[in-house]
Amino acid sequence: MIAELGLAALWLAAALAGLQLIAGAVSVKQPDGPLASLARPAAVMQGVLAAFAFAMLLWLFAQTDLSVKLVAANSHSAKPMIFKLSGTWGNHEGSMLLWITVMALAGAMIGYLERRLPEVTMQATLATQAFVGLGFYAFLLLSSNPFERLPTPAAEGQGLNPLLQDIGLAFHPPTLYFGYVGLSVAFSFALGALLTRQVTPNFARAMRPWVLGAWIFLTLGITAGSYWAYYELGWGGWWFWDPVENASLMPWLAATALLHSVSVLAARDALRAWTIMLGVVAFSMSMMGTFLVRSGVLTSVHAFAVDPERGAFILVLLGIYIGGALTIFALRAGTVQEGERFTATSREGALVFNNVMLSAILAVVLVGTLYPLLTEAFGVQVSVGPPYFNPVGAIFTLPMLAVMAVGPLLRWRRDGVKRVSKPAVFLAIFAVVVGALVAYLSNASVLAVLGLAFAAALGIGSLLPLKGRNLLRTPLATWGMVTAHFGIAVALFGMASESAFSIEKLVAARPGDVTEVGPWKITLDSVDPVVGPNWTALQADLQASYKGAAAIELQPQSRTFWSPERETAESALATRWNGQLYAVMGSGIEDGRRQLRLWWKPFVPMIWLGGILVALGGLLALIGRLTADLKRHYVRRRSAERREETQA
Amino acid sequence: MIRRWYLWLPLVAFIGFVALVTSGLMRPMDREVVSRMVGKPVPEFALKPSIPELPGLSSADLQDGKPKLMNIWGSWCLPCIAEAPHLETLKANGAEIVGVAIRDKPEDVAGFLAQNGNPYIRIGADDLSAVQLEIGSSGVPETFVVDGNGIITYQHIGDVRAEHVPMLLEKLDEAAQ
Repeated sequence: MIAELGLAALWLAAALAGLQLIAGAVSVKQPDGPLASLARPAAVMQGVLAAFAFAMLLWLFAQTDLSVKLVAANSHSAKPMIFKLSGTWGNHEGSMLLWITVMALAGAMIGYLERRLPEVTMQATLATQAFVGLGFYAFLLLSSNPFERLPTPAAEGQGLNPLLQDIGLAFHPPTLYFGYVGLSVAFSFALGALLTRQVTPNFARAMRPWVLGAWIFLTLGITAGSYWAYYELGWGGWWFWDPVENASLMPWLAATALLHSVSVLAARDALRAWTIMLGVVAFSMSMMGTFLVRSGVLTSVHAFAVDPERGAFILVLLGIYIGGALTIFALRAGTVQEGERFTATSREGALVFNNVMLSAILAVVLVGTLYPLLTEAFGVQVSVGPPYFNPVGAIFTLPMLAVMAVGPLLRWRRDGVKRVSKPAVFLAIFAVVVGALVAYLSNASVLAVLGLAFAAALGIGSLLPLKGRNLLRTPLATWGMVTAHFGIAVALFGMASESAFSIEKLVAARPGDVTEVGPWKITLDSVDPVVGPNWTALQADLQASYKGAAAIELQPQSRTFWSPERETAESALATRWNGQLYAVMGSGIEDGRRQLRLWWKPFVPMIWLGGILVALGGLLALIGRLTADLKRHYVRRRSAERREETQA
Repeated sequence: MIRRWYLWLPLVAFIGFVALVTSGLMRPMDREVVSRMVGKPVPEFALKPSIPELPGLSSADLQDGKPKLMNIWGSWCLPCIAEAPHLETLKANGAEIVGVAIRDKPEDVAGFLAQNGNPYIRIGADDLSAVQLEIGSSGVPETFVVDGNGIITYQHIGDVRAEHVPMLLEKLDEAAQ
């Protein structure tokens, strides 16, 4: 009954999306027509129904209802409750339902709250949102129904991929989805404005919170995903340029560019066509990411739910939405006035530079991700990895970081080089000194040295906008920018330190053996089998002592899950303020000795601390913008009331 | 209305992308995972008996001239309960089945066999998964077809279901030739 209720709600939601599309589209032509009042309530009801359908699926997973095919295939009665729940979206059908739910809820919020846009643009936006939504409803209902029943209930479920049975990963996909779907709203806004030729600062202000929100979630999602890959895969790395990782990085790069360009449009009424373009590209990247991960076109260590037929379905959606949007863009963008002028050395100039560099990095990642596919079409198998991405990406990243350090000091519209020349020279000298010191004291690679030098300069440069200001009166948006830029410096510092100073030891140890890794002394006490709720493992008991201090216990495991069968290496970490000790037990055994892989990674946690700071910066800016909007709204209402009073 | 040709570039790039991935989607994909152990001899090992009633298992036992099914399992494994009746069917059809009990206790093994039947002629105790890992098995249950000379000819990953029984018997016949 629960499954049937969920399915019915989903069909109703799809029908409402159809109504929303028709009402919105008709009302663009006839703003006072009979359908004009329908699009908003349809959007709200659609959100409620989609959320209801998702709640039903969540309920089925919580109950482990094995008469439902999806539950039987992805859950197991012996699984801990938290992973039963996260199993709801840990599979293709459920994650698509989550996607459409978040998208419908976002549409409901626009329909209910948004009053800044001209009503005709609003209708066009809601129609676009419904049009995009309908494709996903069709996908769910026609090819991947999550509520499908089994002819006879299964005796037991088949479990969940053990790699996904991890608390970090339980919340990683929803976080990314909020980001992806937030960008779908930006996409609808961009098309709505383009279709009604209303690309105005007001439109940018309406779109900005959505871009900011999406960007915050994407940042958190990427940060969490990177940390998960780092400790769960047991490979000791934090970024592998894997297609799945790139699939989330590309929308982030586009959204970062969009975020900056939307700010220029909101503040200065410039970069109109560019902002629309980025709005289309950002969501296109989300969808392309989804496609690449699901279709099996690219091979990846952690692609999931791979199915070429579904891939074909997403590709068709992709063709309709992105192809359609880019066609409209090509036809219409020429009619959008470019807006206010500015000179090269101005805040806008710096932001345009940042935009161009971000787009270039995006192109580098996209080309690197698709390159193996291109060569395979000609019969050659290649894989593109860090040797391509790191240096080629750096060509565009480093100049961008340099401009980032001083750009925020520039004034809008026009400014001289004079204002920034003094801090720029100071930062450049500082960077050279740091770089020279690192190069002299260590045998770090060129990229790592450059990374540390730029991180140091950007760390200071990002704080300069606060200089000479009353900190209590500094707007939250400025605090947000400073925090986010500082976070980038912190993350960069972590990445460069990890690559410059990491020490790795691979040993075959007997119980009692002592290994030294950097400042650590590690003793292998014993290796014992242990049993978990749905796995068995061999566990090494290690005593790790930092510079002779009291030892900490570390217990890396080599785990075997039995439903479905899979082996994972559970790493053990010891975190100190200046770095992390990373221990992995290999599965090999040679005459009673166990393989241990040990790393000392100086300052590596800074990578994720930096990511969190960047997201926090976004959150500060979002709160700042929303409260400013509320205040403006309040002031306007007060003055309207006063006007009425005086008239009375 | 101003027309600018470069506004069409994003669409052209996107069409290129669609053409590329479409060709990628059309290409047949190799999804069969073939174990790297198939065609190779069983590594040398000697496991002590898991329960006192049956002998243990060593690589020499797999070279006695008769093809065998080598079943990797554990009493703690739920799919192993599901496959137990099908192993009985295989045994009834003349298959010789040897077991490797992974990280198990004798009393648990005995309890499992009492409840689900005992198709095995030998069971070795692999307390540290050493043999399991060397033979290239990634989990339980898993069933290997080993010919009379100790060469692995087939690896079946996951539980043996009713539909697998004829196929495994056929593989055993092939291994006998």
